[in-house]
Amino acid sequence: MFFYYIKLAMLSFKRNPILSLLMVLAIAFGIGALMTTITVNYLMSNNPIKEKNDVLYHIQLDSWSPYEAARDDDAPPLQLTWTDVNNLQQAEQAFRQAAMARSGGIIEPENPDVKPFQSSFRLTFTDFFPMFNVPFIYGAGWDASADQNAEHVVVLSRDVNDRIFGGENSVGESVTISGETFQVVGVIDEWHPVPKFFDLNTGDFGGTADVFIPLSLKLPMELPSWGNTNCWKPPEGTGFLAFLNSECVNYQFWVELTSPQDEARYHTFLDSYVEQQKALGRFPRPLNNRMSNVQEWLEYNEVVADDAQIMMWLSMMFLLVCLLNTIGLMLSKFIGKSGEIGLRRAVGATRGDLFMQHLVETACIGVAGGLLGLLFSYFGLQGVRTLYGEFADRLTTLDSNMMLLAIGISTITTIIAGIYPTWRASAIAPAGQLKG
Amino acid sequence: MLKMENISKVFRTDVVETHALRQFSLNVDEGDFVTVTGPSGSGKTTFLNIAGLLETYSSGTYELDGKDVSNLSDSARSRLRNEKIGFIFQSFNLIPDLNLFDNVDVPLRYRGFNSAERKKRIEEALETVGLSNRMKHLPAQLSGGQQQRVAIARALAGSPRFLLADEPTGNLDSKMAHSVMDLLHNINAQGTTIVMVTHDPGFAKQAKRNIFVRDGQVSENTLVEQDLPSAASA
Repeated sequence: MFFYYIKLAMLSFKRNPILSLLMVLAIAFGIGALMTTITVNYLMSNNPIKEKNDVLYHIQLDSWSPYEAARDDDAPPLQLTWTDVNNLQQAEQAFRQAAMARSGGIIEPENPDVKPFQSSFRLTFTDFFPMFNVPFIYGAGWDASADQNAEHVVVLSRDVNDRIFGGENSVGESVTISGETFQVVGVIDEWHPVPKFFDLNTGDFGGTADVFIPLSLKLPMELPSWGNTNCWKPPEGTGFLAFLNSECVNYQFWVELTSPQDEARYHTFLDSYVEQQKALGRFPRPLNNRMSNVQEWLEYNEVVADDAQIMMWLSMMFLLVCLLNTIGLMLSKFIGKSGEIGLRRAVGATRGDLFMQHLVETACIGVAGGLLGLLFSYFGLQGVRTLYGEFADRLTTLDSNMMLLAIGISTITTIIAGIYPTWRASAIAPAGQLKG
Repeated sequence: MLKMENISKVFRTDVVETHALRQFSLNVDEGDFVTVTGPSGSGKTTFLNIAGLLETYSSGTYELDGKDVSNLSDSARSRLRNEKIGFIFQSFNLIPDLNLFDNVDVPLRYRGFNSAERKKRIEEALETVGLSNRMKHLPAQLSGGQQQRVAIARALAGSPRFLLADEPTGNLDSKMAHSVMDLLHNINAQGTTIVMVTHDPGFAKQAKRNIFVRDGQVSENTLVEQDLPSAASA
């Protein structure tokens, strides 16, 4: 009977095309608005590395001022000092560890046809690549000796490799970065974790980096600090080294542990490290070290903006209004079919049969509304992109999960909205409809 | 076949109470052809609706094919209607956007027949009413008489034992009305019991029995001396 009901639903659409279209449009507008806001919220609240959520930890040490906390909630600063990231890196107390920072400079391709261009760098350690499951198309990350010896090696993003080497395998090729020659050891594939969880200080949803080079080159090359740098006291002395050795925070530090149970051990190590530093006259505040897994870190940084959540709730209200309109239209449509309903009852249809028939028709309206709503969502997301520019590029993509969700929400909400009109249709008394 | 005893039907609103049937009693035997006549508002259609299980009654007893239908659930009444009763209405009540085949198919869908069985029955029913060559036509492409024939085919397709017709010739011109009446007589001749409401005294005389309803009661119940048309016209 299901396919018979589908056939009847299609005939019903043909019989009342305008009323049917109005219902589909009402649902599509509601779904379009809802899916636009849900998609933005979904991508904002996404955990891009779920598979390692319980073993990856962001580290915070409270190296801040004795007079005031770094943050309102008495939490440590979000980033670490140069001294601390290097000490923690060298201690090698985790399965993997990677200090990192953002920098930038000019890349000068050897090919004279490609003009020099400014690009962003991620300064880090070899563990960065396996720790964050970075995909490579050519080569791989550098090895630990390159970190120790501050070797001039570079991993290019796919975009930069396309630009300089036309997408060819460039491993072993040379490229000039900030005036010095680097050897390409790897090219990563498209890798845009959303949100950019490993460094939320330079935009939650921006690109990762154009090139990756060892952090140990920061000092010899005097690479600039991009991103947020916060200090609670001025550097002691002048010059690049004095700034590096200051209490200014500009570095992120992530560790990968072997298991979630290893967290307590690493936390104890951090505490003992800070106690050592206290003995050297640093860390004037009480012991306040924190380890956050990826999800905790995203939540702590409130990656999902409040206004995005408010918009989502408003769009839910809008969908509700659209559904209320649809209920009215359905009532009108189904009551208009009372003659046919009376006839079907007379020739043997039960109320259950008619309820199912109209529920299938309602579900068809919901599916059609969902499909059209997806199109409206696409336009809605394009609108968000136009409004917010590049920042929103990675937040405005409908993936297959969201498409299924759109059709699912549309169908289920329409069926729920259609229960009353459907019940009214199935309860029509046949006797009054057949005379005349 | 149909046995009603002291059936009463009262329609109530906040301000008025209307007695549509009062102590209405009637027996219809298997194979009978009974016409029901009476003035407008006398209760003919209410009787037909109750007989067809389309409406409940306020008091009395009603047995259909030996079964007391007083306390049947709605779905049991639907099943009984589907299996035992065929309906023919004055205004045909065909579904305008279904072709003839699909219109006749409507009651069979609720019967649970497979598609081959349904097809066979539909083709036979349309053959019986002389419209087998128009299965893909829509009702609007037919004359009134042909539409009523489709309605009869729909009523016959499920092989009901009991046919209820509410002024089946009321919307037809004389020639078409006679043609439909001939068809009903043929159906009755094959054993189907028919109860037909009509305003036409000529057609009433063609039945085996006529009851006259006045003020919700059977005021006359007359065996008719057969006055069948001399030649059946298609």
